[in-house]
Amino acid sequence: MPKSTLTGSRIRERRTMLGLRQSQLAQMVQISPSYLNLIEHNRRRIGGKLLGDIAEALGVEQALLSEGAEAALIASLREAAATPLGKAAELDRADEYAGRFPGWAGLTVGAHRRIGELEHIVETLTDRLAHDPHLAASLHEVLSMVTAIRSTAGILADTHEIEPEWRDRFHRNLNEDATRLAEGAQSLVTYLDRAEGGEDHANSPQDEIEAFLRRHGFHFAMLESATDPEPVIAALVEEAGFTSLSAKVLVRALLQRYVADAAQMPLGAALEALGAQDGLDPAGIAAQFGVGLGTAMRRLAMLPPEAWARPVGLVICDASGTMTFRKPIEGFPLPRFGAGCPLWPLYAALGRPMVAQRDEVRQSGRGAGRFVTYSIAEPVGPARFDVPVLTQAHMLIVPSSDIDALAAVDLPDGAGAGGEVGVRQIGVSCRICPTKDCLGRREPSIMSEEF
Amino acid sequence: MGKHVLLIEDEPNIIEAISFLLSRDGWRVDTHSNGVDAVQVVQTKAPDLVVLDVMLPGKSGYDILRELREGAGTADLPVLMLTARGQSRDREMAARFGASRFMTKPFSNAEVLEAVRDLVAP
Repeated sequence: MPKSTLTGSRIRERRTMLGLRQSQLAQMVQISPSYLNLIEHNRRRIGGKLLGDIAEALGVEQALLSEGAEAALIASLREAAATPLGKAAELDRADEYAGRFPGWAGLTVGAHRRIGELEHIVETLTDRLAHDPHLAASLHEVLSMVTAIRSTAGILADTHEIEPEWRDRFHRNLNEDATRLAEGAQSLVTYLDRAEGGEDHANSPQDEIEAFLRRHGFHFAMLESATDPEPVIAALVEEAGFTSLSAKVLVRALLQRYVADAAQMPLGAALEALGAQDGLDPAGIAAQFGVGLGTAMRRLAMLPPEAWARPVGLVICDASGTMTFRKPIEGFPLPRFGAGCPLWPLYAALGRPMVAQRDEVRQSGRGAGRFVTYSIAEPVGPARFDVPVLTQAHMLIVPSSDIDALAAVDLPDGAGAGGEVGVRQIGVSCRICPTKDCLGRREPSIMSEEF
Repeated sequence: MGKHVLLIEDEPNIIEAISFLLSRDGWRVDTHSNGVDAVQVVQTKAPDLVVLDVMLPGKSGYDILRELREGAGTADLPVLMLTARGQSRDREMAARFGASRFMTKPFSNAEVLEAVRDLVAP
């Protein structure tokens, strides 16, 4: 009997032991009770983050649900040995090590995980330092003030004979610069504090829009059945309190497109179409509603969260490759600033307009999951003579295990963490991508050994 | 009359401090605080040395430097680049565009004087 078949039974056993109802556990891990029911009856595969979430909710190690604790420890040791730091590890003796010294082996695995967490923090902070315009401007301001103060103070200290008018002017400058420096430093600290606290801190129109969409869960129930959507859109924009005119204009256009998509794919029918599928086929759904694939992908990505076992992501880019819409998901980070990885199927689609593309991908780096991406590049607007054709590309990102669950089929031999057949390795963006010898690299990675 | 320095920087108190410093050291100092017409100002004033900030309103210091290097009369003009960013990428860019020297803020007065004297004898 496959290990995954037992996992559902173990979850059910542990849940009933704790006296939890199925609906309670489902709510805790943000999946539908019916989906949990399928898992518990071993009719859906489970793994990755969802299994981790369920284990956490049930207060047990993930390994106890999926397989023996020792096997999990050995697997983690092998994972640690696969990194550049583990080159000298005696891989063939991992079983012996875990068996004879479980405490030390646990420490090794714990240290490996901690390194992964710290690397992730470094990636995030470096990305911000390199690309965050607000942070760059604030640091520039502070450093300029420090330079002015240092130079002025140096003149006052080192110039023995200085005219009174110059001395007074420099004193005045010092006072001005010190005040500005204090304000600049305070502003910087406030900005960093807010970011650390996880607050929605928007420093560009795109940030404001993303924060707005996240607050609404990328779904707008009030627009689904509105007979006159414009006042609803106006109220949404007003309530959001955008600080920039650009954000207001862009969100208004985005919500108008949402309404147009919803009109072509009404909510009930869209949910029904998704539920009726064995596996996921966005092209089939698009054909069913007579809409383009891009429209279907947008609609699928902005359905109510409960439509999916786990959230799905979406990226839209224009013909220049600039991301114009981002719905990130766990395990598939999207760069906050700058361009994405040139290996993304999204960009390959731009080069082959109107060719639907399905890819299995895995993001580089630790803890990144496996995903299925559906990509298409389509012309923007109707075809016209003597006018250049503009295209935009959509890429729908679905956790691979959820596709497996929808399809309820076994993975091919060799698929999975041990040997991934047909799974393309991609990155987030060059700066934080550890992949070596990549033809698409634009700049050195902070993860490289020489950095 | 000493050698002629053109300081292109947008922070008024830095302009004042460096101007004072260089003047006391015997240099004739002109200043300019906008990137847009900086190349034209360099061509008009024909200084012996340009001290050029990277982050300027209207046009980046790198763009100004590139245009200077492409100009017949300014291709070999000594240019000292100043920036608040000290990443290796910025140093690489400054070198690629032909900066004679690169200094990262905050610098000391002694460092500025030394760099300027190295580039052009006063």
